[in-house]
Amino acid sequence: MKRILLLGLLMGTALAAAPLRLATTTSVNDSGLLDALLPGFTQETGIPVQVIAVGTGQALAIAGRGDADAVLVHAPDLEARFLREGKGVAHACIAYNNFVIAGPASDPARVAGAASALEAMRRIYAAGAPFVSRGDNSGTYHRERALWKAAGLEPDGQPWYLESGSGMGATLALAAEKRAYTLTDLGTYLFMKDKVELAGLYDRPDPLMLNQYGYMVVNPERFAHVNAEAAYALRAYLLRPDVQQRIGAYLKDRFGKSLFNPLYGRCKVEVEP
Amino acid sequence: MTLPWAEVVEIAARSLGVAAAATFLAALVGLPLGVWLGARPRKGGLGAQVLLYAGMGLPPVVVGLVFYFLLSRSGPLGGLGLLFTPVAMVLAEAVLAFPMVAGFTLAAVRARADGVRRLVRGLGGSERQVLTTLLWESRRPIVAALAAGFGAAISEVGAATIVGGDIRHHTRVLTTAVVLETRKGELESALALGAVLLGVTLVATAILVVWGERR
Repeated sequence: MKRILLLGLLMGTALAAAPLRLATTTSVNDSGLLDALLPGFTQETGIPVQVIAVGTGQALAIAGRGDADAVLVHAPDLEARFLREGKGVAHACIAYNNFVIAGPASDPARVAGAASALEAMRRIYAAGAPFVSRGDNSGTYHRERALWKAAGLEPDGQPWYLESGSGMGATLALAAEKRAYTLTDLGTYLFMKDKVELAGLYDRPDPLMLNQYGYMVVNPERFAHVNAEAAYALRAYLLRPDVQQRIGAYLKDRFGKSLFNPLYGRCKVEVEP
Repeated sequence: MTLPWAEVVEIAARSLGVAAAATFLAALVGLPLGVWLGARPRKGGLGAQVLLYAGMGLPPVVVGLVFYFLLSRSGPLGGLGLLFTPVAMVLAEAVLAFPMVAGFTLAAVRARADGVRRLVRGLGGSERQVLTTLLWESRRPIVAALAAGFGAAISEVGAATIVGGDIRHHTRVLTTAVVLETRKGELESALALGAVLLGVTLVATAILVVWGERR
């Protein structure tokens, strides 16, 4: 009897009012940013938000099958393709930070002294120093592969090139254990740096290391059930000046710099379908 | 522990509810099937037995993936809108619990089938009474079958992640919460949640066993 009641209860939750389902990347969720922003949205609009935090590749795959109402991801070329394929509409740039090359404080490949991101990658390659890749089709993985390619290097098959197949936090922990280098977004790195023994070795402003977060509404013309009204409402909320300021201020006191810099909808890297 | 206690209780209750509902569904089909297969004369039914026993090794991620495709908005059952809901988790975990419940029931009933049939038939009972007597006589190992099914459901993380999505206040259960806390580097929280999971499993199994022994 109890079990039947429980089952009924579960069914009841599933049938409750339509919430907004946001597929997003682990970095904005695991850093606590969404937990800081979304309750305000729910309070104002009455729309509960269900966050599915996965890699950018998986977030776009979920949304591309119509299983989410909106996405917040960080891979401009994949976002452009998503728009081009007619799966997403109303792209908006929300925030940016930069990617960081983290590694052991002893820095055997002398990454800290590199003049550019490409030079840093070349030094890791030349030294044959252990490097942990996400290997998971995430936004960070895409950027890492783009960096190797731009540097004219092919790390696949090298004995020092490890693929973790897990999220950014777990990958940082793995890199620390293996005394390896890895590419990470600034937000997750700052959030994790007290928990893992890794130094931020290359974190200079470099156009190749720009990490931009974009929001898209899943095309309601393609998927009729999409909660487009709620998805547009969240878009407007995230772009509002006061919310943008809160994004910029998030944990700034604790880390001495912004984890996420507001973009007010103005992209640093154009995302064109 | 960085998680508020109220949220831990909420997550634990959801874990328990999903696993209990999954075990209930698995038992609804698995118990009658196990009794029926186990009571049959020795020859035949071997194929079903092999399938059930092999099913105990069903990989949760694969079951999750199949349900993902079935329940996705672009899938055959997409109209139900069940993907990323607790109901989807119940369905996937019921499939994982089912071979445990049916398989162990089959084994328990088969071990007693000949003796019970001879006795009941000898006393002039019908074949139907053979089945009910078998079910009654096998109640203790059937509790073990239910415990195994419940254990499979509450402890798995692969299917829960894929069809549930680990949505806070909606589909987050203890196993997916452990993964999340680990990913965030909150290893102490992850370990504490793991202890809660063990505790929940222990208490639920104890209730099941005591209930089975009392009858």
